Amino acid sequence: MDYLYYLRQDKMPHIWCDGCGHGIILKSILRCVDKLGWDKNDIALVSGIGCSSRTPGYVDFNTLHTTHGRALAFATGLKIANPKLHVIVVSGDGDATAIGGNHFIHAARRNIDITMIIYNNYIYGMTGGQVSPTTPAHKKASTAPYGNPDEPFDISRLAQAAGATYVARSTVYHVGKMDNYIGNALQKTGFSVVEILTPCPTSYGRRNKEGNGVDMMRYQKENTIGIEKAKNMSAEALAGKIVTGVFVDKEQESYLNRYNEVIKKAQSGV
Amino acid sequence: METPNPNIKMWQGNVACAEGALAAGCRFFAGYPITPSSEIAEVLSLRLPKLGGNFIQMEDEIAAMGATIGASLGGVKAMTATSGPGFSLKQENIGFAAMAEIPCVVVNVQRGGPSTGLPTHAAQGDVMQARWGTHGDHPIIALAPGSVRETYDMTVKAFNLAEKYRTPVILLSDEIVGHLTEKVEVPPIESLGLTDRKKPTVPPEQYRPYEMDSSDIPPMANFGEGYRYHVTGLAHDETGFPTNNPEKIQAQLERLNRKIERYRDEIVEVEVQYTEDAEILVISFGSTARSVRRAVINAREQGIKAGLLRLKTIWPFPGKEIEAISASVRKIIVAEMNLGQLAHEVEWATRRSKPVVRINKINGEPITPNEIFNAIIRQD
Amino acid sequence: MKKNVVIKINESWCKSCEICVSFCPKKVYDMGQFYPIVARPEECTGCKLCEKLCPDFAIQIIIPEETKKTK
Repeated sequence: MDYLYYLRQDKMPHIWCDGCGHGIILKSILRCVDKLGWDKNDIALVSGIGCSSRTPGYVDFNTLHTTHGRALAFATGLKIANPKLHVIVVSGDGDATAIGGNHFIHAARRNIDITMIIYNNYIYGMTGGQVSPTTPAHKKASTAPYGNPDEPFDISRLAQAAGATYVARSTVYHVGKMDNYIGNALQKTGFSVVEILTPCPTSYGRRNKEGNGVDMMRYQKENTIGIEKAKNMSAEALAGKIVTGVFVDKEQESYLNRYNEVIKKAQSGV
Repeated sequence: METPNPNIKMWQGNVACAEGALAAGCRFFAGYPITPSSEIAEVLSLRLPKLGGNFIQMEDEIAAMGATIGASLGGVKAMTATSGPGFSLKQENIGFAAMAEIPCVVVNVQRGGPSTGLPTHAAQGDVMQARWGTHGDHPIIALAPGSVRETYDMTVKAFNLAEKYRTPVILLSDEIVGHLTEKVEVPPIESLGLTDRKKPTVPPEQYRPYEMDSSDIPPMANFGEGYRYHVTGLAHDETGFPTNNPEKIQAQLERLNRKIERYRDEIVEVEVQYTEDAEILVISFGSTARSVRRAVINAREQGIKAGLLRLKTIWPFPGKEIEAISASVRKIIVAEMNLGQLAHEVEWATRRSKPVVRINKINGEPITPNEIFNAIIRQD
Repeated sequence: MKKNVVIKINESWCKSCEICVSFCPKKVYDMGQFYPIVARPEECTGCKLCEKLCPDFAIQIIIPEETKKTK
């Protein structure tokens, strides 16, 4: 597979720090698109603001870098206006579940035909390491110098509860799983979410003495538990573990299909 | 009995706005319930799917603005409608549309403010917000309808201007015009001068979405048409990609603002009545101009040389027109349902060469013809 | 070892994170002064884990048979 075919090579190297996992996710997205054989003209990659949201700039698709948290809102309009486009949203934990949290749960509820890939690194990286909605309790951040007093969101469970038709979580280290999940999500009708845990050595790892990107990925390698196995484990046994796997995979009529019904009704005068 | 003319309608201002949007080719509306604009959403939820278009009620005002921009980038003429608090929430994404040069129409049926204010009462307090509500130097067009028929026409014009100049256009209606019901003779569609965005003529590899061409309005490709380009709210160069190059940023932002200023003569419209020999000029806009018209007619009936200048375009500001029309008058009266947002601009436009009398009301009640008449006859 | 596997490192994109050095199952790489070095190419099985894990698009694994297949 030729990654360069999909990259805007003149924009490389990308801005992500050494040891940041974001590039690994981008590669997985490109492998999945390549495998599906989609035409670059038919793909729109939409993002908000943050490190992860810089992804579209590097990729030779129709790319839209919107305002903070609002990628799903823009993407919803875009998908409705041109349903032929494969609309993929990339977002970070802060972008998706803090400032964009409302759009996230409503996109899931509405089951809009969009795939969202969330790069979860537990921190606001671009702005210098402020605490995010997924920063684990007691961990440090530039705005949580005494440790985070909040409990974090579980993004995948949130997506599941809000009604997404496909929800899966992987780490960047587990590239095979990541490819599977992203590939499945892209083929799903309706709102699909893949949460990828990705190290931020610069703003999170360093401050929490978790080492560099390699150390943080090694932690992923050694502490990941599949969702099925995790079901039979106690909370104590799961402490500090990363649970990955497919949380939801169901069939449900998508927004566009539903709205086509609306159009039919309106036009038949019922 | 004569057959009724099917083009004669009894419409509410908000209904005329929705119908005008449809006539202009709007096929996407994203909204959020808010008084006094909700009828626009309600009508479009009914009408759009009949035409194969899409209505979507989003989760909040911000999302409605974002979806509107997204739909426009997807190639569909798109609109959202709101009022004060919602207009505040939309500001960031309005700035995005201005910066990324994505055509769209934003209707603000003004109500009393600040904050939750007076949801069911009129105001004209968003004049400056329409101009400067979003941060940074940016271009904007804002139109203010004064009747139901004009709400229809101006909604069409808003789309035409948005498409032509690649910019967000604000329709600055108000609660009185929005909820007023009047007879409307719907104009034939051929008379509407429908405009579509200029498309690139070059092959995709040569396309520069923010090209500095002689028109200052770069051609716009829709997503999915084979022109794979980048759209961002970051400062960008002619390719659309972010840049930190000061010369390029300066050049792009100057073009962005210039593209409206240089065409202001094609955009700006005012209405004048009895101004040829007027000694007293009353300037107003929107619903307040209706009271002004009555007051001016009353004054004329008593032999007082009063005239009316109604701003149909608020931004770009008709300063040049105001200056010319007011040259021979001895007094200017500005009537508006705010504390002088327009009057301040009028003073600037006339370089304070004439006394400017202000009539301001912000309690939700309309300014009456009598109040204006009294200001006309008062010896200031 | 897989035959004729070519490992290309694009030093102008590499940020020296050492992910390839650390996670290659066959320890093909060593860290050089600035960039990874392909120290034991004969050990490479062509699994492409390093290529997939390289966040900087700086490693390309070329397996001649695959290239032939796709072309």
